[in-house]
Amino acid sequence: MVTSSIKSSEIRFGECNKKLLEEVIFYGISLGADFVELFIENSDNSSVLAEEDFITSVSPSFGKGAGIRIFKDKRDGFVSTNDLSKHGLMRSISQAIEMLDISEKTNKLTFNGLNKLKNYSASKIDWLNEVPSINEVSEKLLLSTKSLKKDKKVVVRKGSYARNWQEVIIASSDGTYSTDIRLHQTVGLNIIATDAQYRSNGSRRFGSHGIPDEFRSWDHEKAANDVYESSMNMLYADYVQAGQMPVILANKFGGVIFHEACGHLLETTQIERGTTPFSDKLNTKIAHESVTAIDEGLSEGSFGSLSVDDEGMEPEKSILIKDGILKKFLSDRAGELRTGHKRTGSGRRQNYSFAAASRMRNTYIAKGEFTKDELINSISDGLYCKSMGGGSVGATGQFNFAVEEGYLIKNGKLTKPVKGATLIGDAKEVMPKISMCGNDLELAPGFCGSVSGSVNVTVGQPHIKVDSITVGGR
Amino acid sequence: MKATDITTQISTTAKMLNIDKWDYGASFSNDYSVQVDRGAAKQLKASQKQVITLRVWNKENLVGITTTSDLSETGIKKALKQANIASAFGNKNEFTDFSPLAKDPIQVKEFDKKNPLGIKKLLKILREAESKLIDSHKAIKSIPYNGLSESFYERIYANSDGAFRNYSKSQAALYLYARAEEIDKKPRSSGSVKLGYGVNDIDIESCIKEASKKTIAHLNYSSIKTGKYLVCLSPEAFLTLINAFSSIFNARSIIDGVSLSNKNSIGEIISIPALNIYDDGLNEKNISSAPFDGEGTPTKKLSLINKGKLENFLHSESTAKIFKTIPTGHAGLGSKVSVSPDWLVIERSNECSDLNMSLEHTNYQGEFVYIEELNAIHAGVRASQGSFSLPFDGWLYKNGNKSSIESATVAGDIKYLLKNILNIENEKELTTSGISPHVWINELSITGDE
Repeated sequence: MVTSSIKSSEIRFGECNKKLLEEVIFYGISLGADFVELFIENSDNSSVLAEEDFITSVSPSFGKGAGIRIFKDKRDGFVSTNDLSKHGLMRSISQAIEMLDISEKTNKLTFNGLNKLKNYSASKIDWLNEVPSINEVSEKLLLSTKSLKKDKKVVVRKGSYARNWQEVIIASSDGTYSTDIRLHQTVGLNIIATDAQYRSNGSRRFGSHGIPDEFRSWDHEKAANDVYESSMNMLYADYVQAGQMPVILANKFGGVIFHEACGHLLETTQIERGTTPFSDKLNTKIAHESVTAIDEGLSEGSFGSLSVDDEGMEPEKSILIKDGILKKFLSDRAGELRTGHKRTGSGRRQNYSFAAASRMRNTYIAKGEFTKDELINSISDGLYCKSMGGGSVGATGQFNFAVEEGYLIKNGKLTKPVKGATLIGDAKEVMPKISMCGNDLELAPGFCGSVSGSVNVTVGQPHIKVDSITVGGR
Repeated sequence: MKATDITTQISTTAKMLNIDKWDYGASFSNDYSVQVDRGAAKQLKASQKQVITLRVWNKENLVGITTTSDLSETGIKKALKQANIASAFGNKNEFTDFSPLAKDPIQVKEFDKKNPLGIKKLLKILREAESKLIDSHKAIKSIPYNGLSESFYERIYANSDGAFRNYSKSQAALYLYARAEEIDKKPRSSGSVKLGYGVNDIDIESCIKEASKKTIAHLNYSSIKTGKYLVCLSPEAFLTLINAFSSIFNARSIIDGVSLSNKNSIGEIISIPALNIYDDGLNEKNISSAPFDGEGTPTKKLSLINKGKLENFLHSESTAKIFKTIPTGHAGLGSKVSVSPDWLVIERSNECSDLNMSLEHTNYQGEFVYIEELNAIHAGVRASQGSFSLPFDGWLYKNGNKSSIESATVAGDIKYLLKNILNIENEKELTTSGISPHVWINELSITGDE
């Protein structure tokens, strides 16, 4: 089922491919495409897993591929292939042309060749040589799992590391021609504690972009203490009683709720689908006036940062909500074409096998003026969500999130830990109920799965108070 | 490149690198998919993919692995070299070997060879389906999540001991998720998924009808009071739960300490005696069936729960060795070989005299919650703790009348659930993830808006 590549003319990473790329793009335009985009990728990844006191898995992987996208009017066709020869790329172009049923060779745009290369990778060439070796990673992961060995109740200790290195070439018929190198590293700790019938989990994940040395400076002992403490606090926790109540969401990963429940609804892909309640709400109030929300790709080292998006545009800082007023949507090329919202440098994809789509980068609620204690003191009967688990948002905008570590609030004070809580609601109803924002904004790395695959993102917020939300429990 | 050519190339290169023992799993596919938006083509997609996972054993019998999409000579050489380097970090605590069953005969299911319909034809079919679904009710305004795809693929397993097996097949999928909106009401959404070996095998009309019926049925919703309810789980919902807690049957999870079972759990009573559960990857209704697993072990039917007792675990080669048994055909090739079920079949056993057979979802007149579909499984299931708290789509039944539940979650414990089954209905239904009847549970916590 697989054909051999023609080797005579093939994309070569680290070399000038301009002539070949121009030939391929010109071929698409000459066949009648309005727009042709090539995204070519070379990847080199590695992951290591430590369980208890042993390294149990080391998994390197590498690959090359191309994603070819063609637009005709507002329609687009996307083809991905592992064949990076001129022949392979042109065959993909033909396939995309055929998909879009382009028979007339009359296109609105002409192709005047590629611009001068924007080389974002120049200062990043050595990154792959500067990352820690498998030996270094293994040693530190084993130290981290050893640090979790604090108690006989701890029955499972895991440390994991993953490094994703990606070199990309982006070229399109509007002249865009860029290369970039991306480096993401992430490390996680997981623990399971048991005592008789009691059982609890704890987990933490850390991540960075563009800092080869980051793992070496990771404070594994601090991380291990944090995970251990969380797990022990939850070991004997009772199930939370279900109902409507005010909640305080902690900073850092607490921001996952804004990301999932509101952020996705501000992507132009959602306007295209007709699945966001905010499509006609630009410059109107959609949240409490205490809420200002931002999405950007610029914070140095943050997991969702990028020098250039996957469509060749530099990322911008997008103020999504200002004092409760909706100010902007996140847009990519297709989003601009179909919804009219200007591109924001948010065209992202997991790899060459996905077409880019408007996606979040570093997304957070801006800090407010209150201390964490002031937020907690303002509640007589509610829930403090110290650590959030995963969640999801349905087609109607309804979300639900698991609370990994929660505490009851009674008369303005934190009391006993509770487990099994789920936060349920929808963005339109919850956003106006975020009445207080703390002054302790912090970010946390994560992975976001959506239409263009899984991408690295940062979520974040200060401590926030939601006046009332449905808490699922027993 | 043919499957036999890849094997020859790996064998030759391995010899050159002084690597005596290796195996690999490979997948080659051509996929085509379309999405539409109110008649317009939304995204048309084609992909050609190739991926190979190579394992090598070093002189200390430790395993290293590499995955790549680069099947050129240099790519394969690099992959073998990387795997060899990785083998120095192989797990000294758990030695992995070839599956002893990797050369046993396999059952390759016969099916008609399908040819790609092509993007244009897929687009025409999906446009028509979308149009019919929108026209089926005035409240249905759009089909925001839809897709029609066809995939043609080949899978291979081979090792340096002479094992070689491959199969080719095709699969097509149609999904339609409609969004209905009425003035002064919240939008409602539901849908349907259908699979086939080819697009022509898919019952498109029934997919449209099912998506329409399910979406419209939820238009008149009301909130539910938080409390404990008698619950009837649809076949799909029960299968979702059992799959979510399949670590109970998973030897890998037991060794890793993340299962509710332990090595001595075989024979334990974990449910009422009326319950049987099999894993049956080769079932004739399973469109995704594969004749062998990632280690080349033949797929076979395996009893997991027999009359309420835990009867077998799912195994890879290495877990089977630890448990002193044979692999069961459930391995996924990786640096750490994973284990997972294929396709579950759930049924009432012949020890069913204690069941309350008056509980039939079609005619029971008392109050109960019918759970049609469970959502957000990845977020709401704590498999290692046995607990779940999940949003669901469903209805509250009272005196034979039903009303859609606005937004609610169901919470419970899998051990409690399996031992508090009140009825397992007689009639089984086919779903995309297996076969199951409706299953009634005594009391589960439901959180609603009231």
